[in-house]
Amino acid sequence: MDLAARLSPAPATNTSAPLLAVEDLAIRYVSGGTSRRVVEGVSFTVAPGEVLALVGESGSGKTTTAQAVLGLLPANGAIESGSIRLDGTDIAHWPERKLAALRGARISLIPQDPTTSLNPVRTIGSQIAEILQIHGERNRGRIRARVLELLTRVGLEPAEMRAQQYPHQLSGGMRQRVLIAIAVALRPGLIVADEPTSALDVTVQRRVLDLLDDLRREYGTAVLLVTHDLGVAADRADRVVVLRQGRIQEAGPVREVLAAPKSEYARQLLADAPSLATPRARPIAPPTAGTMLKVAGLTQLYPMAGERSRVFRAADDVNFEVRAGTTHALVGESGSGKTTTARCIAGFLRPTSGTVEVGGTDVAQLSGEQLRQFRRKVQLVFQNPFASLDPRQTIGQIVEEPLWNFDAVSRIERENRVRGMIERVGLPDSVLTRPPAALSGGQRQRVAIARALVLKPRVVVLDEAVSALDVTVQARILELLDELQRELGLTYVFVSHDLAVVRLIADTVSVMRSGQVVESGPVETVFHNPANDYTRDLIAAIPGSAGAAGKAAP
Amino acid sequence: MTRHLAQRIAQALLVLLAAFTVAFVLLQALPGDAVLIKFLGSEMGLTADQIAELRVAYGADAPIWEQYLHTLGNFLRGDFGYSIRSGVPVSQLLTENLPSTLRLSLLALAAACAVAVLLALLSQVEGFGWVRAVARSMPSFFVAVPVFWLGIMLIQVFSFQLGLVSVIAPEPWEELILPVFTLAVPISAPLAQVLIRNIDAVFGEPFVAVARAKGARHQWVLWRHVVRNAMPPTLTMAGVLFGELLGGAVVTETVFGLGGLGGMTQQAVANQDVAVLQAIVVLSATAFVTISLAVDLVMPLLDPRLSRAVSAV
Repeated sequence: MDLAARLSPAPATNTSAPLLAVEDLAIRYVSGGTSRRVVEGVSFTVAPGEVLALVGESGSGKTTTAQAVLGLLPANGAIESGSIRLDGTDIAHWPERKLAALRGARISLIPQDPTTSLNPVRTIGSQIAEILQIHGERNRGRIRARVLELLTRVGLEPAEMRAQQYPHQLSGGMRQRVLIAIAVALRPGLIVADEPTSALDVTVQRRVLDLLDDLRREYGTAVLLVTHDLGVAADRADRVVVLRQGRIQEAGPVREVLAAPKSEYARQLLADAPSLATPRARPIAPPTAGTMLKVAGLTQLYPMAGERSRVFRAADDVNFEVRAGTTHALVGESGSGKTTTARCIAGFLRPTSGTVEVGGTDVAQLSGEQLRQFRRKVQLVFQNPFASLDPRQTIGQIVEEPLWNFDAVSRIERENRVRGMIERVGLPDSVLTRPPAALSGGQRQRVAIARALVLKPRVVVLDEAVSALDVTVQARILELLDELQRELGLTYVFVSHDLAVVRLIADTVSVMRSGQVVESGPVETVFHNPANDYTRDLIAAIPGSAGAAGKAAP
Repeated sequence: MTRHLAQRIAQALLVLLAAFTVAFVLLQALPGDAVLIKFLGSEMGLTADQIAELRVAYGADAPIWEQYLHTLGNFLRGDFGYSIRSGVPVSQLLTENLPSTLRLSLLALAAACAVAVLLALLSQVEGFGWVRAVARSMPSFFVAVPVFWLGIMLIQVFSFQLGLVSVIAPEPWEELILPVFTLAVPISAPLAQVLIRNIDAVFGEPFVAVARAKGARHQWVLWRHVVRNAMPPTLTMAGVLFGELLGGAVVTETVFGLGGLGGMTQQAVANQDVAVLQAIVVLSATAFVTISLAVDLVMPLLDPRLSRAVSAV
């Protein structure tokens, strides 16, 4: 088939007819003899050129629905009933051969994680060229010209050079641009964007979404935007469908749903989603509290690979103080040095220079048994509750383990403390004998918190501790952390890329970039009156900050 | 790149020296020595004094570190010494026996790779679920087959009963068919297993979903995306297995009555022929080191991410 004909804009369709109409869709997964219906009675339409957001938490069926539209359900998933009409034709039960011809040409995909979504052993150029080749283009000159045109259009220049590069030579944002170039290459009528920017830093996210918006307008493409982020939906979508456990909770124009949600669940979701509009309810910490943590001149250097004379400054003269019983946030994008700083505070990394004083002790000077004893004062909670708990231990053993290492107490005493701690983080006794696999993400993070607190530490370093959780779960964990802090007088160091969350939980904040603190101070001051350009950029990039009301009418 | 190459070669040489040293120490630690075995029990009726003189003549009485340096020096000059048993230079034994073993091993490796690739491709055919199932169960079956049993069975069936392959006065190529097959079967099993597992894993990668979303069909995805990504671990495995092949050749050569390193090793062990054993150990180590060096150098061609690591080191 002639590519030139395909590349011309799609024939004008009757605007009243939807491009995509999903009706009463039900999808079932079969695994290990049990079968589960994960999507039920889902109906929605997408008009040409429209952006429809499918919003929901994990397990809501939003990704499954999107996969069904592409005809790319996993092997154990099947459409049970309902229809998926594209331009009026039901494709729900089309055979693979026919669907393949459709994919890329009429419907295309922008995937979630740009770092794993490009073939690592092939050049960028060949991966863009591929979609043209699959759909019948054989002329090398035309392919090359189109590849360079697309690379230029998505802002990857010089295009000739980029075409020769491999994925690992590009940043995450650049890779997502490549994937967008692939998705728009044949000017499809519909793009399925499955959490297209969730893996990217906020400022990158904004630029990538802006690019997608531009291209969509230019080509008149409709977008089915799958996202967990209400802010992204608010900023980018015309209409929104809220899903929960495979069923639609609410659907309608974005502004109406966000301004006045009718369903219970949508209200809950909206209330739990941290945004800059959410009122802060943190009491001002008593100014009398002494300094618990003092970081001064902290610098961490790494030799640059290949060049012995040059060093990489992971942390560069970082200074801040945290008063006892308060929360200090370290915010920044990837590579800003926030995690390096946190690791130095926890004593897992000895800084090249500078001091980290916890309750008057310089962590950087400790070693051996002293360092080990120090660890009971500073505990860590990690981002991924699925990876940070030993899958072969029971919850009881996991929470008990720190006691074995530090306290020679009786078995009864240990059991009581573990039981008390589990209760304190809001879990039932019955979890004690279960393995982590039997728990949800939010429950696991509660276990990780219990494990950190069982030694009664003074400082807890929370490294992106709520970033992997759904918003409603995230809200509950943040409440728990807040309660525990007030009750136990804990000092938190809260490492996060999410400014909206930081604003809710932190008292003071250091904004980091390229290893340096660019701005530091009380949260109110930094957020309402940022002195630094980068801080302003970061705050402006938070999805939803434009506000539902700010979105221009389509 | 050249610096990396130089580093890798230096490492390889270090491994060889270590292999030489360990072999030397272990062989010296054996109770008795070849001189005693050859002359003490024999009907020559030599007195203890005469044996002591012989030991001096063979250099067996010198301090161990002196023997070590002496032997090492000789090896570096390409002089592997003399077989104590037969008095023939070890290098001559090697020239006689090495080519046939090398030919057998290389053919077996090639055959094993072919079988592994075939099984891996069969494990991915569309439709025909039973073909996939059979292809996937073959590796564990293959690995369970003992080499000596397989060799004997093949001779029984193909030579004696069917008369397809002659084992008595065969043509040079005919002589190799059954041994190559015998040797290839157990080697192909881990190769096929690694390849199948990797292909499955790569099929689960997000970039495969993206390729499908571009409209690519199964075969297109398999050949243009999956195969090359599944190759590197398989190549590493093949390199390790080649070393094992040299060992496997001992049994195979014995079963099929082929001359080669196998028979030579067996005799040298029986006679505690230290000079021969030392040469065989160093030779095997050289083969191993050369193969892994070659694998390391080919790898960046398959995976560009590694060439970055290479240029950055």
